[in-house]
Parts: sequence; C-alpha cells; structure tokens
Amino acid sequence: MASEEATGGLQIHPMDQFIVKPLFGGDTIHWYTPTNVTLWMALAVLCVVLLLVIGTRGRAIVPSRVQSVAELAYGFVYKMVEDVAGKDGLKYFPYIMTLFMFILFANFLGLVPMSFTTTSHIAVTATMALAVFFAVTILGIVKHGVGFLSLFWISSAPLVLRPILAIIEVISYFVRPVSHSIRLAGNMMAGHAVIKVFAGFAGVLGVGAIFPLAAITAVYALETLVSFIQAYVFAILTCVYLRDALHPHH
Amino acid sequence: MASQTHAAEGTAHATEAVGMPQLDFATFPNQIFWLVVTLVVIYFVLSRIALPRIGAVLAERQGTISNNIAAAEELKLRAQEAERAYEKALADARAEAQRIVGEARAEIQADLDAATAKADAEIAARSAEAEKAIAEIRAGAMESVTEVARDTAREIVAAMGFSADAATVDAAVQSKLKG
Repeated sequence: MASEEATGGLQIHPMDQFIVKPLFGGDTIHWYTPTNVTLWMALAVLCVVLLLVIGTRGRAIVPSRVQSVAELAYGFVYKMVEDVAGKDGLKYFPYIMTLFMFILFANFLGLVPMSFTTTSHIAVTATMALAVFFAVTILGIVKHGVGFLSLFWISSAPLVLRPILAIIEVISYFVRPVSHSIRLAGNMMAGHAVIKVFAGFAGVLGVGAIFPLAAITAVYALETLVSFIQAYVFAILTCVYLRDALHPHH
Repeated sequence: MASQTHAAEGTAHATEAVGMPQLDFATFPNQIFWLVVTLVVIYFVLSRIALPRIGAVLAERQGTISNNIAAAEELKLRAQEAERAYEKALADARAEAQRIVGEARAEIQADLDAATAKADAEIAARSAEAEKAIAEIRAGAMESVTEVARDTAREIVAAMGFSADAATVDAAVQSKLKG
C-alpha cells in the first residue's frame, strides 16, 4: 500500500477491515457463501430482535428500560414518517423502520473493535438506495400515472425557466440513489479508516501513542454520532422520496 | 467463468486489501444476497411481531392515560358536587340552628314574660294582703291602745285617790286620744 511504502516500517492497513472473508475458510466467495457480512448482518438482526421483540415482551404499561428504548425508536421513526411523508405515508412505516433499524445497528456494530461494518460497503448501501429509488418511482407512477411527471415540472416557477428546471430536476432525481448510497457508505468507511490509521500510529509511537489514542477517542465519539445521524439521514431521505411519490405536485 | 475470476480475486484479497475492498465486485452478489435476507428477516420480525406489539402497547398506554384523566375529571366533578352538597347542608343546618335558637329565645321570652307577669300579680296580691293585714294590725293596735289608755287612766285615777266614774274617765281619754 502507498502509506506502507511511504513510512517504511509503519504497518497501516486501514482498508483491511473492509475485506469480505468466508467465515468457514476457503477462498471462493459465491453468492451464498456465509461470510463476515453474513455474521455481522445476523448480529444486526439479533440486536433488532433483542431490542424490539425480547425487549418489549413484557408489553408493560409502565415500560422497562429496554422497552422504553424500543418505544422511543418506534415513536422516533413513526413521527418522522408522519411528519415528512404525511399520514398516507404511514402505510410504508414498517419498510422505513426496517431500513432505519438495520442501518442503525449495522453502524453501531461496526464500532465494536475488530468488527466488520456491513454498511461501509457500497454494494449494501447501493442495494438499499436502489430499492428505495425503484420502489418510490414505481409507487409514484402507479399512484399518479403521467401525473407523476409533474414532480419535474415546477408550476410555481416562471414558464421560461420551467424546461431548464425540469432538466435539473430530472438529473437530480436520478442522482438520488447515488448520493443516498455513497453518503452512508462513505461516512462509515472514512470514519473507520481514520480510526485505523490513528491506531497504526499508536502502534509505533511508544509513549507518544497518547496523542493518537486521544484522537481515536475523539473520532470514536464522533463516529458514534455519525452512526446514528447517517441512519437517520438515510431514513428521512427515504421519507422525502416517498413524499415526492405520494404527492408529486409541489 | 465469472465465478472463476471471482475466486482468483477472492484469493488475492483474503489477507490484505488492495485498493478499496468496497470496489471488489466479486463480493457484490454475496453481500447483496445476505443483505436481502437480512432485510426480509427484519421486515417480517418488525411487521409481524415488534411493530404491532409496540403500537398496541403505546395505544393501550394512551388509552389508560386518557381513561385515567377522564376518571380523575369525573371524580373531581363528584368531589365538587359533594362539596357543594356539604356547603348546602352546612348552610341549611346553620339556618335551622338559627331558627331553633330564635324559636327557643322567643319561647323563653314568652315564658319569662308569663312568669314575670305572674310574679308581678302575685307580688301585687301579696302586698295588698299584707297591706290589709297591716291595716288590721294597725286598727287592732289602736283599739288596744285606747283600751290600755282607758284602763291605765282609770287605775291612775284610782291610785291617786280620786273616785271617778268609768264613763267620765273614758270620755276624757277618748277626747285626749282624739286630740
């Protein structure tokens, strides 16, 4: 690697943590091979089940701590869907909740040392972003037919500007899945790589390692925040796209 | 043949990343497959179990809270009603007490008046009687005095050695007493 050659003995492999490896040995990765992706996604599922199913099994009127957190997550996403996508968007609340909970736990689990961050992979985020993109596009066309195209025809703008705005709107519409997916993967990857680079410095600095360690602590705190915010951003953008599909008329 | 190239790449990347592992397209089918499995599992867990349950719990809590608030409101109304009834009873009792006191006072006043009148009458009767008795006694005394005077005068006349008939003495005494 470039950094390795430049610093001689310094052994920093910030990208190694993102390698997809088969879990049970072997070299080939078929589409069905259980890999570390499988493991960490399964752990995310486990966390979701622990929080939202096991945590709420008491069905208490006065909730326990875990049930409180589960209700908080439910209320948070429910309100977000209601506020952004409107009342008729609530039909799609379970889908958005699924995306939010998966991304949230994948991000948080990625912060566990030695773990693998599934959401740092563009394959994962692009799949979700494209799924959202196609879902809302098809939904918009099914609900409004040709009327869905009024999303690109800004009737409040002067008539002269409308064709130009329409071109811009179309381009921005099709760029949505790209920004939607790269934002999440890029954030996760960059933060984890930075932590790893600082960790590499810490390994060779001896007593001076206190500085990279302090930096790691700071970046780790920031990453914890970013983990939540990126899950929130992904979910709220999904709501925004959903609103556009449900109400294309500005 | 695609899997063969993937296999080769997989071997090369197993230990050390060259460039970005994110752009190793050989791992894409694997990641996408497991992602879809994961999302489907989460979706079913959420839509079948978790979300209805949490929604029900929240609705139940909301119901309980609004029920309790309504019950509290009703109890408050009843308390106010009871307070009003209590106030009314208190006022009634006070008025009743006032009335009874007034009545009793009037009765006592009447009794007192009657007793006073009776006592006055009795006192008047007694004093009249007493006056009469005193007049009698006075009359009696006057008579006795006349008699004693007459007797004494007669004795004195006799003692002085004069003889005078009783009639003369009596007349003299009588005239003196009158004078």
